[in-house]
Amino acid sequence: MNEQVMATAIEGPVLAADGTPLKERLQKTLRRRKLIAAGLVLPLGAFVFITFIFPIVLMLFRSVDNPIVHENLPQTVAILENWDGKEVPGEEAFAALTADLVAARKSKMIGRVATRMNFEWSGVRSVFTSTARKAKKMEAPFKEALIKANEKWGEREMWVTIKRMGQPYTGSQYLAAVDMRFDIDNNIVDQDEDRQIYVMIFGRTLWISFLVTALALLLGYPVAYLLATLPLKYSNLLMIMVLLPFWTSLLVRTTSWIVLLQTNGVLNDIFVFLHIVDEEGRIQMIYNQMGTVIAMTHILLPFMVLPLYSVMKTIPPSYMRAALSLGANPVTAFVRVYAPQTVPGIGAGGLLVFILSIGYYITPALVGGRTGQMISNFIAFHMQKSLNWGLAAALGGILLVGVLALYWLYSKIVGVDNMKMG
Amino acid sequence: MLPSYAGPIETTWYYTFRIICGLILLFLIAPILVVMPLSFNAEPYFSFTPGMLTLDPDAYSMRWYEDILNNKQWIHSAKNSVIIAFFATIIATSLGTLAALGLSRSEMPYRGVIMGLLISPMIVPIIISAAGMYFFYSEVGLTQTYLGIILAHAALGTPFVVITVTATLTGFDQSLIRAANNLGASPTYTFFKVTMPLITPGMISGGLFAFITSFDEVVAVLFLSGFEQRTIPRQMWAGIREQISPTILAVATILVLISVALLATIELLRRRNERLRGIV
Repeated sequence: MNEQVMATAIEGPVLAADGTPLKERLQKTLRRRKLIAAGLVLPLGAFVFITFIFPIVLMLFRSVDNPIVHENLPQTVAILENWDGKEVPGEEAFAALTADLVAARKSKMIGRVATRMNFEWSGVRSVFTSTARKAKKMEAPFKEALIKANEKWGEREMWVTIKRMGQPYTGSQYLAAVDMRFDIDNNIVDQDEDRQIYVMIFGRTLWISFLVTALALLLGYPVAYLLATLPLKYSNLLMIMVLLPFWTSLLVRTTSWIVLLQTNGVLNDIFVFLHIVDEEGRIQMIYNQMGTVIAMTHILLPFMVLPLYSVMKTIPPSYMRAALSLGANPVTAFVRVYAPQTVPGIGAGGLLVFILSIGYYITPALVGGRTGQMISNFIAFHMQKSLNWGLAAALGGILLVGVLALYWLYSKIVGVDNMKMG
Repeated sequence: MLPSYAGPIETTWYYTFRIICGLILLFLIAPILVVMPLSFNAEPYFSFTPGMLTLDPDAYSMRWYEDILNNKQWIHSAKNSVIIAFFATIIATSLGTLAALGLSRSEMPYRGVIMGLLISPMIVPIIISAAGMYFFYSEVGLTQTYLGIILAHAALGTPFVVITVTATLTGFDQSLIRAANNLGASPTYTFFKVTMPLITPGMISGGLFAFITSFDEVVAVLFLSGFEQRTIPRQMWAGIREQISPTILAVATILVLISVALLATIELLRRRNERLRGIV
């Protein structure tokens, strides 16, 4: 019987000092500690969400949001809902449009409607604005009156486009961002050849980023190797030469490259002095793709050297010595023993440089000329000049998805924690 | 370095490699150095005049520096830059340090995802961030205000603080905190007397990163600022795009000197941190 009592005492739950089961108590403590940890992160989380993440999500929404025609030509849109799009619609639609145009002119929204339509079908802006001006004095039959005002109203494509733009949400911005469009029967087709540009720009952006990454690896690898193998007191000194550009203002570095590379710049002066080229043959090295690539490589090189250096630092020099003493020649030893161990550094540096260069804006804008412009510059153009915000948002959306995919890959391979600063 | 048994091929390669590395380091540093002498050019050119090459004192002058001092716009934008960077740094450092303290606790749930989100301002292309902020901030009336730019710059600077402070905390010996608690210190007292001194180097270098991020930032300013809030980079941007004058080179030289000072501070802090770690 005594044994039985003891067995129950052991089998029963272990108790904490205050009599509650220990398991429960531990769980409670853990929950409390989780809450404290989350509570510490919360202020920054909320701050970044409100000032950064939410605004970006809101902007991306603009790429599908399409309220202007829907809100300002409501009667026309309602009537066209039941129109099959096979022939120019009847008098009813024309009457609705006339009324809508008069109202839109009165509410001063006609300009925005015309602009929105113009983005979709270049050249129709004036059709809307001029017809709207005359619409107030028009009388039935409106079909004839409108076609008399502008014969474009007699075209089926006009009405198809209004119907399509009357939808509150649209994918047409994304189509435009990949050089496609809807044709008259709402099929998705390629954009006219002379208006195709964005696929080429995305391609160029990838190409420049690839080139910059490859050059940074080519230049960064030997330097990182030297820094990792030199005695500390020398390598610290050389490290400063890598870190100083890293800390110098981007605009300063871009200015420096203008000073060095322009046709009357320092480098061309040296070439002329050394008789490599003559006075007339000064080389155009900036305000083109070459300028973008050179300046970007310089600016992003430290991002390649630092991760490579920290990986190379962990490789024991005895491995190379062992390979050499076992009879490998230096090249084999390097290729078979040393280089494979630096692959994590190459991955980390390469991905980081590629991610950063794909979204580059300032340098291409200042030294890129026409051929060195990247996708960010076109987003800025649509934001500030053409004011086609929907298209800017769609281009930005595509760019962001690409960058986030690479970032995800980076966090899987390298880990966000291992990002090194300086 | 070079072993005594090295043959002629090894010796040649050894020196060739050194020369290659030297050239690459020259590529890194030359563009920064070249603007310095040119900023003392007496002529409004961007290249070395014959007088400069023969070290003729008349070919050098301080006129572009005087230009900066006499130009109200440059002075005003310098003030703006410092004010904006100062407040952005304070916000970024305080919020970033708190978050890093939470993230480095082992109990933190969804650590990876949250870390990823908090680092994202560093990764998202600046044009997308700036465009997003432009629309949202103009809706809430923050465009063309100092507050708007300060908030934007603080957001862009936080990842650096989070990264550096978490890095400092990875080597942090948690038993120190338990020891302090055990000896009767309250959590607040422990934080200020034990945790704080150990993470201060990380905080300061993170803060300096945040400061330089704001001080160097131009795209968000381009979208969010009015004429009143122009900063130094914004002024340089206009200078490079419109009419590039050697005044820009003088500004660039001053900025390089500032970065040298910042780099030296960071380096000293890093060494101090390593020394402290050694004792711990």
